Amino acid sequence: MSGFVSTRGQVGFNDLKIPGAWSRKIGKDLYEVFIGPQHPGSGHMRIIIRIDGDVIVEADPDMGYVHRTMEKLGEGREWIKGIPLYERMAIHDACNVTLPYVRAVEQLLGIEAPLRAKYLRVLLCEINRIAAYLYGFGIFGVFVGHSTMYMWPFGDREVWIELADWLTGARLTHSYPVFGGVRRDVPADFTNQLRKAIRYMRKRLEEYRKIYVDNPVIRARLEDVGVIPKNLAIELGITGPNLRASGVLYDVRYNDPYEVYDELDFEIPVFQEGDALARVWQRVEEIKQSLRILEQVADWLDKHPREPILHDRFWKTAPPLHKKIFETEGRAKLVPLYALLKVPKGKAYAKAETARGEITYYVESDGGQKPYRVRIVSASARNAIVFKYILPGHRVMDLPTIYGSIDYFPPEADR
Amino acid sequence: MSSSEVIEKIKEALGDIIESIEEGKGVVHVFVPVDKIVEAARKLKELGFDHIKDVTAIDYPKENVIKIIYHASSYGNVELSKYIVGLGYSIPRDTERVPSLYSVWTTADFQEREVYEAFGIVFEGHPDLRPLLLSPPVAELKPLRKDFVVKEETIFRK
Amino acid sequence: MPEENGKVYVGNVNVAAKQARKLLLGKLRLGKLVDWGTAFSLWPVHLTTSCCGCEFAAAWSPRFDNEQHGALPWIGSRQTNMILIEGTVSKKMACAVRVVWEQMPQPKFAIAMGACAIDGGIFYNSYNIVRPWEIIPVDIYIPGCPPRPEAVARAIIELQRKIRREGIASKFVEEGWRPDKDYVKPKEDLCAWWRG
Repeated sequence: MSGFVSTRGQVGFNDLKIPGAWSRKIGKDLYEVFIGPQHPGSGHMRIIIRIDGDVIVEADPDMGYVHRTMEKLGEGREWIKGIPLYERMAIHDACNVTLPYVRAVEQLLGIEAPLRAKYLRVLLCEINRIAAYLYGFGIFGVFVGHSTMYMWPFGDREVWIELADWLTGARLTHSYPVFGGVRRDVPADFTNQLRKAIRYMRKRLEEYRKIYVDNPVIRARLEDVGVIPKNLAIELGITGPNLRASGVLYDVRYNDPYEVYDELDFEIPVFQEGDALARVWQRVEEIKQSLRILEQVADWLDKHPREPILHDRFWKTAPPLHKKIFETEGRAKLVPLYALLKVPKGKAYAKAETARGEITYYVESDGGQKPYRVRIVSASARNAIVFKYILPGHRVMDLPTIYGSIDYFPPEADR
Repeated sequence: MSSSEVIEKIKEALGDIIESIEEGKGVVHVFVPVDKIVEAARKLKELGFDHIKDVTAIDYPKENVIKIIYHASSYGNVELSKYIVGLGYSIPRDTERVPSLYSVWTTADFQEREVYEAFGIVFEGHPDLRPLLLSPPVAELKPLRKDFVVKEETIFRK
Repeated sequence: MPEENGKVYVGNVNVAAKQARKLLLGKLRLGKLVDWGTAFSLWPVHLTTSCCGCEFAAAWSPRFDNEQHGALPWIGSRQTNMILIEGTVSKKMACAVRVVWEQMPQPKFAIAMGACAIDGGIFYNSYNIVRPWEIIPVDIYIPGCPPRPEAVARAIIELQRKIRREGIASKFVEEGWRPDKDYVKPKEDLCAWWRG
């Protein structure tokens, strides 16, 4: 069992060093090893570890290699420009990541998206979630040297990417939810293809289990590695599948339902073990639940005919040509009102469950065309603290396993 | 539990420490004096707010004030997990040192480092206060303060 | 070298190598072989600088399969000869990119992927980014935000054509360096703060 093993005070933090993995002796039997930012897993992060033999005594995650200053740039741009900007945090999870920003601004405006738009948002959120989990599996496969587990999820991910591409027009950066609705309606025959994808994915998950999760070699590497006890998970404030794999039932979709999640029937899987294997199982189970949600959304979309997907406040300002395009193609073009949108003074706090956990936006408006302050804390930013407190006590060979099982995504963490 | 009940509970627990309460959409901000912040945080944690979601600092150059807000919530208590309580304080812009809440919420570890690099505010009692995301020369600019302006191109005339 | 008693005459290795190179590259036209070989073994290094890495990963996945062009991302910078800059390079990452670039053996090539790698893209006014062409000499740019994996494949094919058309690799073997590629910013500008 790992926990707080801090040697702080014995070894002072020296000056920062040139990147790349190299080490130097800093005391008797104590070495400092720099891992990253160029490392086999293609991460954009460096972890500085101090090792005694090959046991890690102290870990210092060195983040910020992809810090693109989104919070500052957001303050200088109009409200609508925030959507494509903040999307760049996690482009393969774009709908989930931008949804709370859209919802926070909607709360400030005092409007709510139409029911159909809400279902469409949930639809893309779940497609993104599955694709992001598969991406995580692939990267984890690279980390533990399991090439098949890189190839299979990345191949299957294309199914979901293709669906999102069909729905929104972009493989990754969808900018799908906008204030008061969504940009497009589903194309004809979309739900049938969606059901086909769901059937395919169910079949594949079983094969993943055989080749990967129940693989004796993988189990030997993952079981009882990187255990996060329940109380420590709460204390560190980690989030997402990592939290639920440690036995804490917390999912924004369940605890504080947004959009139409309270009308849908799904379960929140929880594992008690808290080790790397449990975190992998957690994601497999979550994909199954996402598939369940998608089935219900597909049923709802089939039953309900086309209706407006933008709030009236915006839709009534649309020129006749735009309305015609919507009727024929199902595309709602951005109305000119968005460009000079003024949001009433106030502050709003919104959260959503992304593939890696909870993302929170604190949005403050001074009544102008631009936000006064947007504070974003993404799931990976909150999970990064795990490395500091969990790695000590493990061997160096466990580092890739723990790093991969946390599903840490640096661009999201650094913002 | 409704949001007004949560506010009542907080009022009861913190008592007369509270300076003001501001309600936003989906969040309640409770402001206390800066020297009582550690005490207030401990009481809030006893109520069940066991982790913080973020540490937000906002700069108001017109009023010469920086507000630092700890958005706390709960994992252990399902009823409270819905609500976000922002425990905050305002300090003059030239303040250099404020107390750290690392001793109360371990989560504040990285978040306070982020505020430190972006605003240049030193958290006293933080065990390891270094820039987190920025390199030291960039952190010296204190980039998230409002007097640091990035140039923006636009198609509209200013 | 004067001959003396009891000593065996040894030819000047440098002169011999120069003549051999002249013969192989000049008369036998082995330069084309060098270019052909280099063009089909472009191995990018595992260094992801930003979010275009999602499409970088997808470009080597089964659907797009860039390995068919002879390119395979590899772990160590010492065993690779291509770097793919994915999107923005932050000031913190800039030093790492330069160090990795310097570690790679010659002849080496760089592809800059995404709008951010061209001139900042959506982050054009950020205070924490640098333009990739300031750090390393770039051969091919890919536009898009993010570019599709097909575009990555196209860039690799373009680079292969460029190598074979201009004979970059064989020229390097002849001259020992690439005269057209020089750094815009010195290393001190990028890495000064590492020393603290």
